[in-house]
Amino acid sequence: MNAHHTPPVATLELDSVGFIHRGHTLLKPTSLRLSGCQRTLIMGPNGAGKSLLMRLAHGLITPTSGSVRWQGSPPAQAMVFQRPVLLRRSALDNLTYVLAINKAPRPELTTLTRKAQAMSALEKFGLAHLAKRPARVLSGGEQQRLTLARAWLLNPQVLFLDEPTSALDPAAIKAVEDAVLEFHHSGTRIVMTTHDLHQARRLANDIVFLHNGELLEHTPASDFFTAPASREAKAFIRGELVW
Amino acid sequence: MNKASAFIFAGTLGLTISGTLMAADDDYITLASTTSTENSGLFDAIIPAFTEATGIDVRVVAVGTGQAFEIGRRGDADSLLVHDTAGEKQFVADGYATERLDVMYNDFVIVGPSDDPAGISDSETVVDAMQRIAKSESPFASRGDDSGTNRAELRLWEDAGITPQGEWYRELGSGMGPTLNTAAGMDAYAMTDRATWVAFNNPQDLALLYEGDEALFNQYGSLLLSEERHPHLKHDLAAQWHEWLVSEQGQQAIADFEVDGQQLFFPNAE
Amino acid sequence: MQTSDNPFSTALSLIVNMDSALLSIVQLSLQVSLMAVIIASVLALPLGAALALWRFPGRNVVIVALNALMGLPPVVAGLCVYLLLSRAGPLGEWGLLFTPTAMVIAQVILVLPIIAALTRQQVEALHGEYAEQLNSLGLSRLSMIPTLLWDARFGLLTVILAGFGRASAEVGAVMIVGGNIDGVTRVMTTSIVLETSKGNLPMALGLGIILLALVTMINAIAHIIGETAKRRLG
Repeated sequence: MNAHHTPPVATLELDSVGFIHRGHTLLKPTSLRLSGCQRTLIMGPNGAGKSLLMRLAHGLITPTSGSVRWQGSPPAQAMVFQRPVLLRRSALDNLTYVLAINKAPRPELTTLTRKAQAMSALEKFGLAHLAKRPARVLSGGEQQRLTLARAWLLNPQVLFLDEPTSALDPAAIKAVEDAVLEFHHSGTRIVMTTHDLHQARRLANDIVFLHNGELLEHTPASDFFTAPASREAKAFIRGELVW
Repeated sequence: MNKASAFIFAGTLGLTISGTLMAADDDYITLASTTSTENSGLFDAIIPAFTEATGIDVRVVAVGTGQAFEIGRRGDADSLLVHDTAGEKQFVADGYATERLDVMYNDFVIVGPSDDPAGISDSETVVDAMQRIAKSESPFASRGDDSGTNRAELRLWEDAGITPQGEWYRELGSGMGPTLNTAAGMDAYAMTDRATWVAFNNPQDLALLYEGDEALFNQYGSLLLSEERHPHLKHDLAAQWHEWLVSEQGQQAIADFEVDGQQLFFPNAE
Repeated sequence: MQTSDNPFSTALSLIVNMDSALLSIVQLSLQVSLMAVIIASVLALPLGAALALWRFPGRNVVIVALNALMGLPPVVAGLCVYLLLSRAGPLGEWGLLFTPTAMVIAQVILVLPIIAALTRQQVEALHGEYAEQLNSLGLSRLSMIPTLLWDARFGLLTVILAGFGRASAEVGAVMIVGGNIDGVTRVMTTSIVLETSKGNLPMALGLGIILLALVTMINAIAHIIGETAKRRLG
């Protein structure tokens, strides 16, 4: 179904991106370059600015200084939020919805093919038996998988995930992590925040470490966990920084 | 939306639209008249006869005489049947109507609490009765709405040499029926046209206490509106109504109308 | 119409002996009020949603004005429509005064602010929840409106019923612009006023009971539809 792309994912460049809200600096000018098909995990204690950085990169929030640039045209993107936002309709209809609103560039999609695509996405994420159930009565794990199925249908080159497993039980966490890897295998760049060190060890190619609204490190995961450069990162890995 | 609710919705919508866009029937005129004629049931009795004779329906908007004049001035009714002779003549003089004809009269009566605290039932004249009410400061409920009845009442106070004011004189700003309801509730005197009184169903302790003075006669007139001022009106149809009212047939229909065996309107076209 | 002294037995005998005159009054009441609510909804739902989503200078003025207009006295609305539709008024040419259409127009004016103002609240609350996700999906504010209205539908059903309640209960506006013409513009509420002015209090109250029963029935149907759908869709 999803003819997932092999062409290289466009590079994202954040150039001195800062964000000030009512006189409070929430993110100091930050430069960051994300290229290739990596799994980048954004880490840091609570209030470090992880979610903010991700929203700036995704374009949900406009920075108060600096610029967010894609090399070439912006690629297809999707985002999965900490608390799943699902519409008040069935699981299946939540999926056909995104196919319908994105129909402009793909006029060949009819209602019937949309339904077929949505069904296969449900199957892929193990939700086919819940197709007719109202999305909002699904369990937390099922809801999060449904948002992943929804993201899948958008064919994203970049998938942003903001603490997608923080409210889930271990089995559901496993399902979400498997889904993330599935996206990555099909050529999607992953950008994800977490405060779970084990999850980061399992998923990350590289780590972006934030503290107090400041980017302190952007290093390959192996380096980060074995030899963190900053004092804060060391303390964070030892579990000494409250998150 | 499930099928059942969609069905109900579509059904209601269809009913609504089909009903509101009812086929327009042009063979009617709009008549602005007074609540007393409408409430007594006079129109229910005489309009069918007119419709049968001419094929024209009459739609009655029953309002106070003051509002009826305003509707006529704005060109919102094809014909007027009201009871304020002085006002009607002024209306003709102002050029809003080309002709005014006497059609019928009824009379006003004075009602009040059955024990008649002001003792008006043996008054010589209506002016005498009004003076007794004022002197005893018995509660009096006035329409206070600039209607034909209200204007007639104020003329009577003037004739009696009284400026009605004080706690006993209560201006309600209401139609005839509501005024009678209120008068019944507060044991007050009130002046009403006989038609409304006879057809009124909530008298409680109110009784008819004074009647018969010629000063209480209440003349109704029909106005033929000016074609020049409002060319869009249905003047031809309205003229037929105007003429029918004063015709032998129309006058007879008015005379034949009775409530509880009592004739309420007396045709007096010339 | 015959009367007894008891409004309930009067109402009952009115229903049992449902004559064509009463039937046409009931039918016209429903037609006028439902039509007004449908038209007002078509205009006010998108308007309220737009007001929830866009920030512009004077927005607060518009919101306060809408909230205030929820309390617009029906007589005032009726008077405005009367002056508008009167032959001497700007739309006099249309010849709509003293017709059911005029009554619909007046009730639309009464109902529209209620639906728009309450829709604004509901949609604004829902937008707070949905905004990031819908932005992420690449929806413009304009294209969010249908989604938000549909997802707020259970709350909006109550909003529309509030509008219907106002339309079916008011008498001031339809009396002025309709004229309470027998068989043409006479509805339940104007009949009640008429019967009251004739001193036929049991009859007036009987009609009131029928009106209340009708409105209750419509609310019950809407409630059942809403609850069933809600149970099915969560």
